[in-house]
Amino acid sequence: MEEFALTKIVNHHGTEREKLMPILQEIVDKQSYLSDDDMVKVANALQLSAAEVYGTASFYSFLPTQKRGIYVIRVCKSIIARMKGSQEVLQAISDQLNLKPGETTADGLFSLEEVNDIGWSDHEPAMLINDKVYTDLTPEKATRIISKYLEQASQSKLSFNPTQN
Amino acid sequence: MQNIRLTINSIPVEIEAGKTILDAAKKAGISIPTLCHHPDLCVAGNCRVCVVEQLGARTLQASCAVPVSEGMEISTNSAKVQRARRDILELLLSEHRSDCVNCYKNNQCELQELAAKYVFSSSELIPLPALQHYSIDASSSSIIKDDSKCIRCQRCVRTCSQLQHISALAVANKGSEQKISAFMDKPMANVVCTNCGQCVNRCPTGALTERNYITEVMHALHDKNKHVVVQTAPAVRIALGEGLGFAPGERVTGKMVAALKQLGFDAVLDTDFTADLTIMEEGTELLTRLKKVLVDGDTQSALPMTTSCSPGWIKFIEHKFPEFLPNVSTCKSPQQMFGALAKTYYAQKRKLDPANIVSVSVMPCTAKKYEADRPEMRDSGFKDVDYVLTTRELARMIKMAGIDFSALADLSYDSIMGTSTGAAVIFGATGGVMEAALRTAYEIITGREVPFENLNIQPARGMEGVREAAVKIEGCEDNWKFLEGAVLKVAIAHGLTNAYKVMQAVKEGRADYHFIEVMACPGGCLGGGGQPMPTSAEIRQKRAEAIYAEDAGMPLRKSHQNPEILAIYDEFLEKPLGHQSHKLLHTVYVERDWN
Amino acid sequence: METLTNNSTLRKTDLIFGREHDTLSLLKEALQREKDEIINELIESGLRGRGGAGFPTGLKWKFAKSAPGNEKYIVCNADEGEPGTFKDRIILEKAADKVFAGMALGGYVTGARHGIIYLRGEYSWMRNSLLLKIDDMNTAFKQLGLDFILEIRMGSGAYVCGEETALIESMEGKRGEPRNKPPFPVAKGFNNKPTIVNNVETLVYALLISHLGAAAFAAFGTEQSAGTKLFSVSGDTPQAGVYELELGMKLSDFVAEFGDGDTKAVQVGGASGFCVPRRKFDQTIIGFEGIPTGGSMMLFNSHRSMYHVLHNYLEFFVEESCGQCSPCRVGCQQLLLGIEAIKARKKPASYLKELIRIADTMRLASKCGLGQSVGNAFDSIVEEFKEEIIY
Repeated sequence: MEEFALTKIVNHHGTEREKLMPILQEIVDKQSYLSDDDMVKVANALQLSAAEVYGTASFYSFLPTQKRGIYVIRVCKSIIARMKGSQEVLQAISDQLNLKPGETTADGLFSLEEVNDIGWSDHEPAMLINDKVYTDLTPEKATRIISKYLEQASQSKLSFNPTQN
Repeated sequence: MQNIRLTINSIPVEIEAGKTILDAAKKAGISIPTLCHHPDLCVAGNCRVCVVEQLGARTLQASCAVPVSEGMEISTNSAKVQRARRDILELLLSEHRSDCVNCYKNNQCELQELAAKYVFSSSELIPLPALQHYSIDASSSSIIKDDSKCIRCQRCVRTCSQLQHISALAVANKGSEQKISAFMDKPMANVVCTNCGQCVNRCPTGALTERNYITEVMHALHDKNKHVVVQTAPAVRIALGEGLGFAPGERVTGKMVAALKQLGFDAVLDTDFTADLTIMEEGTELLTRLKKVLVDGDTQSALPMTTSCSPGWIKFIEHKFPEFLPNVSTCKSPQQMFGALAKTYYAQKRKLDPANIVSVSVMPCTAKKYEADRPEMRDSGFKDVDYVLTTRELARMIKMAGIDFSALADLSYDSIMGTSTGAAVIFGATGGVMEAALRTAYEIITGREVPFENLNIQPARGMEGVREAAVKIEGCEDNWKFLEGAVLKVAIAHGLTNAYKVMQAVKEGRADYHFIEVMACPGGCLGGGGQPMPTSAEIRQKRAEAIYAEDAGMPLRKSHQNPEILAIYDEFLEKPLGHQSHKLLHTVYVERDWN
Repeated sequence: METLTNNSTLRKTDLIFGREHDTLSLLKEALQREKDEIINELIESGLRGRGGAGFPTGLKWKFAKSAPGNEKYIVCNADEGEPGTFKDRIILEKAADKVFAGMALGGYVTGARHGIIYLRGEYSWMRNSLLLKIDDMNTAFKQLGLDFILEIRMGSGAYVCGEETALIESMEGKRGEPRNKPPFPVAKGFNNKPTIVNNVETLVYALLISHLGAAAFAAFGTEQSAGTKLFSVSGDTPQAGVYELELGMKLSDFVAEFGDGDTKAVQVGGASGFCVPRRKFDQTIIGFEGIPTGGSMMLFNSHRSMYHVLHNYLEFFVEESCGQCSPCRVGCQQLLLGIEAIKARKKPASYLKELIRIADTMRLASKCGLGQSVGNAFDSIVEEFKEEIIY
């Protein structure tokens, strides 16, 4: 993330230790993950060591420290999700995007993950794409949802561009 | 504070409120096993090895973390406790790569010790290290990190943050992936680590160890073509005994020299010699800076000046306060001064080819290994110090060689570069460099001895984390009249957390010191990361007492009185801060990132 | 209230969602009362924490009130991460105002002027709508002359942050590792200040009790398990959803209402709860006298492999243990690897005994409730469905 954007986030929240989570959360909201450089800058601003920032971020499943796509797909893997067919849903998405769980597409658009209970056992299978929820999924429904994202991305020419943050 | 009464194994105990069950048990003479607990560190309560049963409580209590309360009935040996303790140890052993016979920490491992005591049949549990992708990080000159032996007690993490204000190591990830990690799991050589080795001192297992050079040194000793010189740092002689069966605080200087000779070193010399030399150079540097600032109105010369003997401190300031690098004395540490002279002055005097000299040092320190590897440290035209051994490694070599250490007759250091003063010995304790510098500088300025009884500058001594002193300068010699009536303000800090506090005060303009002594390790070099284990405030106190006793017993106690120092200036260096000194004894620093 | 069958102990109630309350007038009414009166009302009502641990709410507020200091916090624990629970999601969607008013009431009673909602990262989709409601509420508090302000802080995907001291660590910008206790949060919590951490549902009931009175609440449920509670029903059921039920019901009555006719086991209380097999439905009471629960009820019919259920739970704990304490960090891994090894015939069936012992040590010696409760599911599933685990 560019320096001025990051500084803006830090200035907005403040530099007390208790602001670390909101700062990291906002960076992830904006660019899907925390780069090494982001963590170093945040550490400097908050008078922490980079290892402490990394240590904190890596505790939380939703604060990735490795590159993620613009859209992070998180399919629930709770026992209820599994009973209701989450693996078929995961497989369908995986086939559609040619992407295994834990990976990011080459164009930097999608990452696919399996996550613990996301609080929708009454409507499993369920998934999150960034902070949108999709429930009562079937492989077909999931495929349609992903297609919409693909369409939207191609319309807005959204793709990962390494020179842009 | 009011007292609390409780019983432990039916024994009544009375102890101040706020103390833990573990404290109370200790008071009652009952031993409870611990792993994550360390007397220098805050409570963690995470290994759970110290659990005890409290009457009426649903779960067992971590005795290191739970404060005593009135009427508590504690059992440290109930069936429940015994079973849980054993299970926890078995769990930890299943997580630990138990390669004990091949392990550098074999027989010095706290986990092994507890296993020997409480686990006496083979465990059915599934060994976990084989299932993880562990690699050994040997990138650092000083410290080797082997995660497969880590039991996640976090002593190293607490050491690095609490004592050293660095947090090069932190806890990363969670659950089964949880580990002790540098930033982004980078190699130790590429992060803010100062190589101080305090984590090594407190690691209960073989997860963090010093990089040892025993084999290399043995090899050099057996090479007939090599002339192997060894220097020993001031703090080694007062702690080496601990690694060889002596009690903390017993001085073994003469035995150490004898053992080194038996090991085959061609010359056993003393870092104390270059400690005295450091005082000459650094004292002159301080007075020169004072003159430039106070008389010449020079704005380039930076005050306060800080000491530069501690390589952990140097790396810390390079990372954390690079804007203050001009304030650091340009003097090399005594080890590196010695190294540069060993392959120049010493070689000339002894008519040796410096290419055939192997220069070894024995240090209480792991950061010295890194220091010796710095690219700047080749002013002799060679690597000035070839191998750095810690006190621990020397103890080990003595044992390997089958030397009956306690039976050795005392021997003296060889000459040249083996003569020293009491001022050099106290370099090993926090405040020692300051005291030594004041003994010499005051006398240079005023022609009189420092106004303290028996030359013992008490305000510089002690274990307070940050100490300040002010010396009023009166009755100056003619050359130093500009200092007449001036009050020289000094500060002493040991442990990098305290160094951070002092530098932060300087940075924020809250302090107007002229001279600051910083030692990276708690207690100074006597508490160094290469010293025998275990360490605690009591042990460090005993070592400090030994150092001051060694000083008091020396015939000469001021660096400028050292005859070999006078000789080296006469024959080789000319004068402090002279051309030759500048070339061999002074250095430059490197600005580094904080990550 | 509706009675389903004459003999059934199951009663659906509607305290939280059923009535149209004017939340602010409930709060206003409560603010007229003495603080101690409200605390006593709560104590008399028998309300216990609805997150699962069941600490008496009135007592917690009482301790917090008497804790010295001007700076106190009341935290709403909206980090429901227990597998199979989603009741707080429904409350926050449908009755967030009652949660917020409950926090304000707690603030008024205990002297906390600052309320923080710790919302799990998985629910970030509702953050913006909650923020709008919080703005309205903060304005309303001002109008009521109440010195109390609400804010929201987000979790980021860590189950253990539902443990109150881990939650506090997380709010302080740290890894969500549970603290040593004592001190408890009511003495030293967020930023070392007295802090009340209440479950979402608890806060709503606290507000309702101040309005309805202790007796009206205690008229529901049993002596030990007073009142009603929300249950998240999922799994093999035709009617997955959130239901408010009277505490103290028999599990058999619950299954009769919610099962699919083929229920072989119910996991009461999520992955950290207990598995009850069919043969024990009749003798199992849902409540503090039987199985206390945060309300996750997962139903499994005879097609389900209980090995898969246990395996899934253990995988969950292996990932979600904070990792700091050795019994939990290593124990979870050993339990998971252990059942896999038995299944693969790499360990004898008798190894289950070792694993049960490890689970018990985890129960006794772990630092927090997470490690202490892994053995609940483990023991109950292994004991009741041994064949499925082994073969």
